[in-house]
Amino acid sequence: MEKKHNFSWDKLYLAVVFVFLYVPIVYLLAYSFNKGDTMNSFTGFSMRHFAELFSDTRLIVILLETFMLAFLSALIATAVGTFGALSIYYVKKRQQRMALLSLNNILMVSPDVIIGASFLILFTTIGSLVGGIGLGFWTVLLSHVAFSIPIVVLMVLPKLQEMNESMVSAAYDLGANNFQVLKDIILPFLTPGIIAGYFMAFTYSLDDFAVTFFVTGNGFTTLAVEIYSRARRGVSLEINALSTLVFLFALVLVVGYYYISKDNKSKKKSERRQKGGVMR
Amino acid sequence: MKKLRALVIGIVLIIVVLIAGSKILSQSSGMSGAKVINIYNWGDYIDPELISEFEKKTGYKVNYETFDSNEAMLTKIKQGGTSYDLAVPSDYMIQKMKKAHLLKPLDKSKIKGLNNISSQFLNQPFDRNNRYSVPYFWGTLGVVYNDKYFKESDVDSWNKLWNKKFRGKIMFVDGAREFMGIGLASLGYSLNSKNDRELDQAYNKLKSLTGNAKAIVSDEIKMYMENEESSVAVTYSGEASEMLAENRHLHYVLPSEGTNLWFDNIVIPKTSKNTKGTYAFINFMLEPKNAAKNAEYIGYATPNEKARKYLPKDVIDDKQFYPSKSLMKKMEVYEDLGSRYIEKYNDLYLELKMYRH
Amino acid sequence: MKKYNAFFAIPYFLWLVFFVLAPVILIVGYSFFDSNGNFTLQNYATYFASGKYLAMTFNSVLYAFLITLLTLVISYPTAYFLTKLKHRDLWLLLIILPTWINMLLKAYAFIGIFSLHGGINRFMTFFGLAPHQILFTDVGFMIVATYIQLPFMIMPIFTGLEELNPSLIKASRDLGANAFQTFAKVVFPLSLAGVKSGIQAVFIPSLSFFMLTRLIGGNRVITLGTAIEEHFLVTQDWGMGATIGVVLIVAMFIVMIITGEKKKGGRN
Repeated sequence: MEKKHNFSWDKLYLAVVFVFLYVPIVYLLAYSFNKGDTMNSFTGFSMRHFAELFSDTRLIVILLETFMLAFLSALIATAVGTFGALSIYYVKKRQQRMALLSLNNILMVSPDVIIGASFLILFTTIGSLVGGIGLGFWTVLLSHVAFSIPIVVLMVLPKLQEMNESMVSAAYDLGANNFQVLKDIILPFLTPGIIAGYFMAFTYSLDDFAVTFFVTGNGFTTLAVEIYSRARRGVSLEINALSTLVFLFALVLVVGYYYISKDNKSKKKSERRQKGGVMR
Repeated sequence: MKKLRALVIGIVLIIVVLIAGSKILSQSSGMSGAKVINIYNWGDYIDPELISEFEKKTGYKVNYETFDSNEAMLTKIKQGGTSYDLAVPSDYMIQKMKKAHLLKPLDKSKIKGLNNISSQFLNQPFDRNNRYSVPYFWGTLGVVYNDKYFKESDVDSWNKLWNKKFRGKIMFVDGAREFMGIGLASLGYSLNSKNDRELDQAYNKLKSLTGNAKAIVSDEIKMYMENEESSVAVTYSGEASEMLAENRHLHYVLPSEGTNLWFDNIVIPKTSKNTKGTYAFINFMLEPKNAAKNAEYIGYATPNEKARKYLPKDVIDDKQFYPSKSLMKKMEVYEDLGSRYIEKYNDLYLELKMYRH
Repeated sequence: MKKYNAFFAIPYFLWLVFFVLAPVILIVGYSFFDSNGNFTLQNYATYFASGKYLAMTFNSVLYAFLITLLTLVISYPTAYFLTKLKHRDLWLLLIILPTWINMLLKAYAFIGIFSLHGGINRFMTFFGLAPHQILFTDVGFMIVATYIQLPFMIMPIFTGLEELNPSLIKASRDLGANAFQTFAKVVFPLSLAGVKSGIQAVFIPSLSFFMLTRLIGGNRVITLGTAIEEHFLVTQDWGMGATIGVVLIVAMFIVMIITGEKKKGGRN
């Protein structure tokens, strides 16, 4: 009885949080259908900003490249960061561990402008020494990987600390090698943290303006740089239309992915249950 | 592990699709094999149709990259890494880049149509004889007011902004030169003052102006004035013209003490490689028809005299945006003050921003 | 585990050297030079001697603290309730989704919502209340900052809570603990690692906000981020900017020590 009562309060609370999170988004999306040119007043329904968007191939190319960059940099950062978290976790001395973790967090505390400027100096110095490294996609990719790694470590580490060490040692006792332990015990346990890290890294990459601005060049641009540099003349509703498309696409992707993975999971679970029954 | 593997495969697939998509699109839109010219400009500061027209006409491919402040652009050009062929900095920045040897002098023999530019915008103090730059757009700093709340005579001088009725009402554009400039101009001093006594005097006078400030913002002023969040704002003519187009209650006034006159000019950075393409682009933009088309798209005032006949008459006759010669005489272009005074202006400005706390 | 780890961690350590240590050395180096390239301690002297920078530091820490507190207070129950939902992974993704929209655009949306003729004030006048100035106030700034940071707090707390063994809770209930005791003695201590991650992910970046201070705070809120921005981009006095950067790094170390693992250690 009491439980049921609690439950509804939970949901109400969550509903309020979701409304808070989505009000500005809905506001933005709604204005992409505005007949007028600004977000000041809604003068009528129109799809013309979408038409504008579709005729602007430059912007669409930037959009695709931005997402490609985000997916790729987050993937690399997650891989590097996960193993980074493992090696921090396996450092024996507490002091050393703390020192490593602090180093890890330096990029999170440094303002974007400083990171951007110092990466720019780094790349151009290396470029002048080695030669052939022009600014562009690769320098942006490296930078995005670089500033996403700390957040991945931060997301994975708590999971590691929760991990039951006896499980790992039991696996060793049963004759598993390093690779098997990693593959069958540690990584599956860390999966929620790894996924969280991936999403955060993805978000960082999409949102970054200052670092990208400094390290890009030779015609490569991301959406954030384009949007910020348009601010002087006022961001047009074409950008709202773009956000609408991105948001709806992401929503479909997320919900779709969720149900597909859910289906597989429940199928497997029932299969496993059957098999388990037989084996026991 | 299964879940992770499936995720990784999924992500890699998405990446491949995105790469393919962007490759196909960029190939269909431009001639990626052709010679490239790299243009570095403010975001959305050229009519995109002009770029494609230029590409079609000359066969060059334009790489259009954008920046959001003069200083950020300077850092990028100084540091290298990209060979920008053209950039569009503002006046004082041109002077600074010139001093830092970041610009190539113009080869006037390759430029056609420099005489289309009105002589009053040539030979400016930041670039004598236009050795390095070709005017792109120009404008002023002034006051926008909403006629529902105030009238022109309330704001036609800088000194009137101190009036108590503006308490907590004025929006200022975020810039040390601009804000200090209001103090200097109201006292009758030069906007480029390097006199400590004058600056301190301006600082002390401006302290009492901070109470009248509603906020110090930059590009958002446009939005606030249009939706009448604010009734008075100090801003640039370019932004003002866009506001006026959106809200008919808004008007732009040039203060009687004189004000800042600004320029965005085309320059050729030292890093430029494609000389031929660069001059082809400059000449293309100097053609009156193209300059007019660009001015209509951007909404700023064009320095191209011959372009004016292609512009609507009410635009050209607007005294606030194309002011008379006598009013222009009182205006001053920002000069590069050197690092010591830039710091001084900014320190005083930062203190003024914090003053209320 | 040892040998294996070392091999796979090579990229991580390369990253540490090239993208963390090298930039830090660069920043510390710059902080000892003035804008003409001469060695000087003047930047630090300026920082500690002028009330301006100390006041700014105090402001930044205060705002970052309040933002973190507010986010934590909102996020913890959110994450906790989320873990109880049936489709919790889906709901979590929906919490992250808003972060994929560009921050500048979201700030513009808030400007629209908060403005005198905007959504909130229209709502208030409907109920007979006078319109209020929300933009350019501390409250407005805090709301938007919290909004931006919320997902970064919910996420780690959620992952911390998610795998909480239900049998532990059940055991605690069976042993006679009430809901509150169970929460205080079992759930909360176990979720602490996630909370710490969240605090680090929110507090530290909040110290150097600069876009929002201008967009929503109307430059009435001045933080260290504003000053760094100015030194790097306007006055081009990288030395002073770097000095403030060094201060921020030191502040981060302090936060790490406060929120870091206690003597017990993460593993035995």
